[in-house]
Amino acid sequence: MKTTTVLAVSLAAVIAVAVPVLAAQQALFPLRQSAKPPVPEAVAAADVFTREQIGHALVPPTPEAGRTVAAPAAAPKDDGQWLMPAKNYAATRYTTLAEITPANAKNLHEVFSFSLGVNKGQEAAPLVVGSTMYIVSAFPNHVYALDLTKEGAPLKWSYNPKPLPAAAGVACCDVVNRGAAYADGKIVFNTLDGATIALAADSGKEVWRTQLGDINKGESVTMAPLIAGGKVLVGNSGGEFGVHGWLAALDLGSGKLAWKAYHTGPDDIALIGDQFHPFYASDRGKDLGVKTWPSDAWRTGGGTMWGWIAYDPSTQTIFYGTANPGPWNQQQRPGDNKWTAGMFARDVHTGQAKWFYQFSPHDEHDYDAINEQLLLDMPFDGKMREVVLRPERNGYVYVLDRKTGQVLSADPFGPVNSSRGVDLKTGRLIVNPAKETRLGQVVHDICPTASGAKDWNPSSFSPRTGLVYIPHENLCMDWMNLEVNYISGTPYVGAEVKMKPGPGGHRGELTAWDPVRRKPAWTIREDLPVWSGTVATGGDLVFYGTMDGWFKAIDARNGNLVWKQKLPSGIIGQPISYRGPDGHQYVAVLSGVGGWSGAVVSGPLDPRDGTSALGFVNTMTDLPTRTTAGGTLHVFALPH
Amino acid sequence: MSSLFRIEGIAALALALVVAGCDKAADESDRFAPSGPGAPAQRAVALVPAGGELDTTPNPRAEPYYGSAEAVTNGMLIYNQMNCVGCHFNGGGGIGPPLMDDQWIYGGRLDQIYNTIYFGRPNGMPAWGGKLNDEQIWQVAAYVRSMSLPETLARNGTGTPSQHPAPVPRAADENDGWHMPKGTGG
Ligand code: HEC
Repeated sequence: MKTTTVLAVSLAAVIAVAVPVLAAQQALFPLRQSAKPPVPEAVAAADVFTREQIGHALVPPTPEAGRTVAAPAAAPKDDGQWLMPAKNYAATRYTTLAEITPANAKNLHEVFSFSLGVNKGQEAAPLVVGSTMYIVSAFPNHVYALDLTKEGAPLKWSYNPKPLPAAAGVACCDVVNRGAAYADGKIVFNTLDGATIALAADSGKEVWRTQLGDINKGESVTMAPLIAGGKVLVGNSGGEFGVHGWLAALDLGSGKLAWKAYHTGPDDIALIGDQFHPFYASDRGKDLGVKTWPSDAWRTGGGTMWGWIAYDPSTQTIFYGTANPGPWNQQQRPGDNKWTAGMFARDVHTGQAKWFYQFSPHDEHDYDAINEQLLLDMPFDGKMREVVLRPERNGYVYVLDRKTGQVLSADPFGPVNSSRGVDLKTGRLIVNPAKETRLGQVVHDICPTASGAKDWNPSSFSPRTGLVYIPHENLCMDWMNLEVNYISGTPYVGAEVKMKPGPGGHRGELTAWDPVRRKPAWTIREDLPVWSGTVATGGDLVFYGTMDGWFKAIDARNGNLVWKQKLPSGIIGQPISYRGPDGHQYVAVLSGVGGWSGAVVSGPLDPRDGTSALGFVNTMTDLPTRTTAGGTLHVFALPH
Repeated sequence: MSSLFRIEGIAALALALVVAGCDKAADESDRFAPSGPGAPAQRAVALVPAGGELDTTPNPRAEPYYGSAEAVTNGMLIYNQMNCVGCHFNGGGGIGPPLMDDQWIYGGRLDQIYNTIYFGRPNGMPAWGGKLNDEQIWQVAAYVRSMSLPETLARNGTGTPSQHPAPVPRAADENDGWHMPKGTGG
């Protein structure tokens, strides 16, 4: 009785105090449901460098010397299937199919759709093998096989890998999965909790399962494996958890570990030996993976591998990049932090390194170097040159010599002020001291943002236009370093970030990049970051999706929009195009917003805290008002 | 399913009082390790989804942490030092759910938050029992409870939220600190 009275009194007191407070709160901090914090103001155009100021090449363009093509051995004749997310080892994401064209694309319609049963970010590419389509969902990583010979593509089988629920706690940026790969009768994919699983493609029965990652150390796996030279290649995620980054090769037949290359530490575990011939002097010397770090910091130094691998069968070489060093607070790890934020060429059979190039030595801005690399043969210096093209997170399109790792050109394709170009003599990125990050001090308007001028979402290349279709972001950020302790299994970041739109205020772009002339042929501006992949077709179309759910077809020659369709949730997946069992051309994509950029919806997170999701929420505060979470496969075709 | 997250109850609690809190860097121990030996304790369990154990009866040990400015201030320090901030940021969430909003999966009463932190939760919330001492867990729980208070929200200005946590009034938990759990459609 007495207690009740006391409580009633104190309650009344609180209400009395709370009323004015509540009024103030309504203005600045309304309830989450009605909270619509504004998208921050854009960085001024004068704050970033122009392409002319910071783009460099060894020699002027010589377009007359030939036509750019995919490395022939890495891009065999198109059979209409889609066996790996990048379509081929050259990673061109180009199909020769030409039934759908800019003239008839307006007739595209949805033929069937399929719910993935998971409302998290869907970043995967569907696969088409024979007359079956295979899809991996976001965590918990269901695999579905759909029969394309029957009306409505009914489910043939599904598989539930039952990953550990706790794996969701070590995935930095939503619980995504970037797809499966097919070879030799097997569908191979990775689970968030670090298992690589091979399923019999016809039955969905498990053939083998190998546990590579350990969530207790903060490791997860989100990448799609690449199958090359009889090996399944898989790397870890967890660069925000101070993990020790690696790429592993499993035997395709048995799932047994063939080799594992670490991306920091002594040469013997980095698989750096006699065959290693880096082009630049700064990458030569013994045990640089130890010496370029403060004592032992390499053990928790990140350098993971969660992106894309290309493969040149003519030299049996894989090409791939390594992610950011950890922690983000660069002041805790003086040195070049090798072998993070760079690209390796390795022998696929032994894992032995052939060359390495570091895009961002001593990265200060989370510029992981795990994006796609396209293997092209293109005119350079008056003759055809075998190159690797990399639209890099730090803002430059790099063209590297495939055999040596020499940088032939590096030109900005997004807003850049964190660096002033690449010194082509030393190969070194010229850091802009004004945008170096500091302890306890906010450095404003750093471009590109932490997720880069572009993140993981892959480009495509059409040999018909010679253009690379780069889906990307136009974002910058404010950054403050904070001291951080390493506690195993928890984030090891040490930075507070708030992202904002880049010059112009639009947050995304699709750039049709001419690698020979080193400039965009044209650019499409998107209000939201473009977080989907692109696919290019022989009918001269490019498909991509927006984060508010528009699936678009544009004319590959001029960027004109020829068709669009609104899907139930935002699109961050990788579109593909294949020939169906009926001989017709189809286009498939997953909708389901999320990923790092869309975590504010898939989380869902609270948009009132701009620092959420490593600062991405700051510039995505409007997303919850424009789309909702989802997870659906959509397949389109012309009427026939 | 995951025995890693079995709630070990009283034995673990006793252990936590013995084990010193880790306020140092480089804690290499297994974050998912069970909190300690012993049979699961019998306790009143409400029917909640997702296997979360929810105490319906308030824990009197929470009392000293209500109304305490010291608790929320220390709690904020612990929150940053223990990398809670890396998963939940300044209340808006990231890897873990938002903590500054009015929705709770496992209950928003101070002692329920304590339990979440002590025992961990199955979908990726590490268990801190045995790593932080009891008082530290209560303090960080008080800070978390404070994030969604109108008083704290109003003190945020337009900058980074949750930097000026208000003490948790006892009255804030009158309604059991409870709202419909996330994902129940309520
Ligand atoms: C490694 C990431 C990670 C770290 C570090 C972490 N959490 Fe969590 N936390 C999570 C996840 C994931 C969940 C959701 C768990 C679930 O749904 O089962 C969660 C849930 C919670 C909840 C429950 C929220 C609710 O709605 O019921 C609270 C409270 C919480 N965490 C507080 C903390 C505090 C305090 C710390 C630091 C001592 C901390 N967390 C550290 C990932 C983390």
